[in-house]
Amino acid sequence: MIKLKFKSELEEEKSEASCCCSTNTVCDSEQSITQRPCCPGSVNDKPEWVIGSVMTPVGAVPRVSTELLRADHWEHFKCRVGPFRDDYRIEPGLYAAGNPDKNSDVLVSANYKLSFDMLRRELKGLDVWILVLDTKGINVWCAAGKGTFGTEELINRMAITQLKEIVSGRRIIVPQLGAPGVGAYKVKSATGFNVLFGPVRAEDIPSFITAGYKAVKEMRMVTFPFLDRLVLTPMELHHIKNKFLVYALLVLIYFGLTPAGIIFSDAFSGGLPFMLLGIISIIAGALLTPALLPYIPFRSFAIKGWLAGAALIFISAPAFLLPDQRGMPLLIFSYLFFPLVSSYLALQFTGATTFTGMTGVKKELKTAEPLYIGGAAISLIILVVNKLAEWNVI
Amino acid sequence: MKYLSNVVSLGIFPDLCAGCGMCVEVCPHGVFEMRDHKAVITDRDKCMECGACSGNCAYGAIKVDKGVGCAAAIINGMITGGEPTCDCGGGAGKTGCC
Repeated sequence: MIKLKFKSELEEEKSEASCCCSTNTVCDSEQSITQRPCCPGSVNDKPEWVIGSVMTPVGAVPRVSTELLRADHWEHFKCRVGPFRDDYRIEPGLYAAGNPDKNSDVLVSANYKLSFDMLRRELKGLDVWILVLDTKGINVWCAAGKGTFGTEELINRMAITQLKEIVSGRRIIVPQLGAPGVGAYKVKSATGFNVLFGPVRAEDIPSFITAGYKAVKEMRMVTFPFLDRLVLTPMELHHIKNKFLVYALLVLIYFGLTPAGIIFSDAFSGGLPFMLLGIISIIAGALLTPALLPYIPFRSFAIKGWLAGAALIFISAPAFLLPDQRGMPLLIFSYLFFPLVSSYLALQFTGATTFTGMTGVKKELKTAEPLYIGGAAISLIILVVNKLAEWNVI
Repeated sequence: MKYLSNVVSLGIFPDLCAGCGMCVEVCPHGVFEMRDHKAVITDRDKCMECGACSGNCAYGAIKVDKGVGCAAAIINGMITGGEPTCDCGGGAGKTGCC
């Protein structure tokens, strides 16, 4: 029985060594060579997507299936909606798809399993090596931005897996979205390997290879269509969940609060409209704005979000507020506070888009942040004044 | 879709450009084009400052303030006083292994 090469010989020798990948350290090349992650149980258990192995001059390399199982799809769903994605990773190293040999191509990927799965399902009928970098469970593009999918890690991983002994060609295919982290000319001078930047999307890899490693322009361009935007919104909502619960609690306290103590029936009847408006402002900023992104006027995300929020709140607030809440203070509060919430949440979506740059977001924040803080402060003052007036203090 | 106009930090030094075309290849938004064996910027507003071009220009002909266009990351950076760091998911708040 061939022992699966989940860890290189080098790694096995050092398996007693302490973990190198703590929260705030990036595995630099030297450290990674001498100290490997030591996760008992997580490394040697054969995952379901490994189907056999391929022999190489330096040992057996696990062969991966190019079919996704129902379990994989279920895990991908969980990645989209909650914290499951935070630790959805595979062991970095070399894998095989099909029956690769010394003449086969090497595709580089990240150790976020969702990224890896998106790659392997496109490799049906191909015989290729897959070199998985340690990106701390982050996808290729984001990790390239951070530098974990980077020149150093690539060179290091090529050394650990002894890639030079396995393939005779001196060529590796790096996904184009890895380019922010990988300097092709640096890899060439350090290892002798030519980096070819492959297409943006894994689905184009077979045609890229067939066309003689040429990508047509469409393969090089990032798009951000409706479904791509929509699939990212559950995660935006997930991030807000806990903040909303705090908000809901504060609303209940505010409306229940009387000079005699907290009255629960008042808390719920008075608080409910404001919880609904809160939910509407979240939907406007974190769901509607991303979904309708190109159709909402202005390029600024803060303005887009404010417009979406204002449109919904200006209609719903007069309808939802209880008759005795429709006096000026609470109506003004609603018109001021909730669209700003939508604006703030829309601005957060810049982190998920494929086209916003740092200088632009900084510029937006510079203007928007004082408005958010000022708006929140005025909102708070309105609430306090409203309460005092209710109690006939003023 | 384009982001704000006239903010992008991208710049090119034609004198240093050797015309290898690497920037045209790596740019995910088609910002560059080759004209007379030199790379030129076609539409600066399309640039998202990912740094793929500058990191792959062996001649140092492209400069860009590379960074993440993410509000949460920039706010994080403001709070901690350092560079913008995007720590959404993936090992945030937990150790990298085990």
